[in-house]
Amino acid sequence: MITYLARRIGAMLATLFVASFVVYGALYLAPGDPVSTLISGNVVTPELIASVREQYGLDRPFLVRYGEWLGGMFTGDFGQSLRFQQDVSALMASRLPTTLLLVVMAGTLTVVAGIALGSISALRPGPVDRTVLNATSFVAALPVFVTAFAFLFIFGVKLRWFPVSGGGDSLGDHIFHLILPSVTLAFALTALITRVTRASVKEQMVSEHVAVAEGRGVSGLKLYSRHVFRNALTPILTQSGIVIAGLLVSSQIVEVAFGLDGLGSLLVQSVQNMDFPVVQAITLLVVFAYVFTNMVIDFLLPLIDPRIQIGGRSQ
Amino acid sequence: MSLLTDLKLPTGAARQEKIATAKKKPRKHNDVLFYLSAGFVALVVLVAFFGRYIAPFDPNAIDFQLINAAPGQDGHLLGTDQNGRDIFSRLLVGARSSMLGALIVTIGSTIMSIIIGAVAGWYGGWVDNLLSRVIDFLFAFPGLLLAVFAVAIFGPGLMAPAIALSVAFIPAAARLIRNAVVQERSKDYVRSLEVLGFGGIVIFLRHVFPNVAAPYLSMQFLCFGYSMVDLAAISFLGLGVQPPTSDWGLMVSEGQSSFLAGTIWPVLWPSAAIVLTVVAINYVGEQLTEKWGGRSHV
Repeated sequence: MITYLARRIGAMLATLFVASFVVYGALYLAPGDPVSTLISGNVVTPELIASVREQYGLDRPFLVRYGEWLGGMFTGDFGQSLRFQQDVSALMASRLPTTLLLVVMAGTLTVVAGIALGSISALRPGPVDRTVLNATSFVAALPVFVTAFAFLFIFGVKLRWFPVSGGGDSLGDHIFHLILPSVTLAFALTALITRVTRASVKEQMVSEHVAVAEGRGVSGLKLYSRHVFRNALTPILTQSGIVIAGLLVSSQIVEVAFGLDGLGSLLVQSVQNMDFPVVQAITLLVVFAYVFTNMVIDFLLPLIDPRIQIGGRSQ
Repeated sequence: MSLLTDLKLPTGAARQEKIATAKKKPRKHNDVLFYLSAGFVALVVLVAFFGRYIAPFDPNAIDFQLINAAPGQDGHLLGTDQNGRDIFSRLLVGARSSMLGALIVTIGSTIMSIIIGAVAGWYGGWVDNLLSRVIDFLFAFPGLLLAVFAVAIFGPGLMAPAIALSVAFIPAAARLIRNAVVQERSKDYVRSLEVLGFGGIVIFLRHVFPNVAAPYLSMQFLCFGYSMVDLAAISFLGLGVQPPTSDWGLMVSEGQSSFLAGTIWPVLWPSAAIVLTVVAINYVGEQLTEKWGGRSHV
């Protein structure tokens, strides 16, 4: 177990290391002098050029600069934003709570709705099953911004139940402002969970141990939760790992559509402003979040289903 | 991150049942929908080619006298946008960049995934190891993130996000090819072909690739639909094709302010165009997958 843990963490660190190298080195792929890339889109002053040169240490060798940047990452020093003249870490910290809350709310909604719909679909073959399947695959084909506008129009502009823009002040207000955005995100991703749940539950339903349990007189919710669903959980959990990627990247679109001040809208804004230090930091953070949560899921699987050999799934 | 690829498919009894229900389905109903979708896709392709010649108005002609006109007003079939430009004409012209981007992504990812998958599977050993690591690594970059990052480096436009997305679509496709090649590589007929003096490329194209052509091509068909959605999202974020070009995603983003003020047309029409096209493409792709026995993208 310890060796497995160490190996997986090692693999994650290796992935992150390569990712950081790509994210840092990509700047030098850009056409032209890095300085011009870094300062384009900003008001060019001699001070800015000097600060960029100093911050990026452009007169020193590439690998030395990369090492320093990477070292800074570990101590929470992500450099300075070119646009806001502020520490990137402070800038990100102010935007993080909105995105975190959005991703958690939308993720919970996606998994709960996906499991519920998938179970219903598997347990009620025929018209119910077909309706759920067709509806979820249609909804999954809707681009996130289209769903966002549809909800904005119906619940924001027409019914006036929810605000059309902004993030709110207190925590309760935050959650209220994030209801429509998280439903929008969940809309796009629920189908992924629904399909896997349906397939996995169906597979369990026809297995012998379920028939035996049924023969023993176990029925209803107990039969489902103990004998069917628990065994069906592994693929659902694996799929949830993929959903996290969808949540992280689609939150950009949702934040822009709903005018939320999160990391996603900061990333888009920073790309438009050519604020490269911020872009690098957020990109790496998203990759980290994605790789890390998937590793956690990998560790959870053997705990949920002891038949899974540790490390067996990653072969 | 190989863990992301292996979805369990229903096996045994569940599979039998699935096959049984598939047979029971009224075949005709499906076919009508299939041809309808395929016909719509063909229509959009035609519009992408000839849209600018049949557009009734100049798509960039600004008319501040007629802002946010309702459909039908003054001969504007679908109304006008916040700058008084004819929405119908912009839709016709915008089909091109919307389809072109997805085409670039699909062709790019097809070429790269075949090369990477075939080389990895054919040579095996450390080459396979290295390329499989690269594929695993690419799984860690969600497509849209890679596209946004590419725009940060190369600037906004059609090409940078399209190339980034074609890289993002490599992993699943390359793995399909690689596994097929590994499976065939050790078989006797491949060995005898080698002994006969045929080169690796010829053997791959003539004898190995046809084995996976059907599931692979249906996978790439779905890739087209997915990349269209992603590129539209990039345009919507203002990182893709720049104004005043007509592009469906961009039109949605430009209509945002009028939309929140209560005029829905500038957002509704391009949204509908994107949704209908993507749903039609995905439906055709899924039907082909079912017919050809492939597995859909994750």
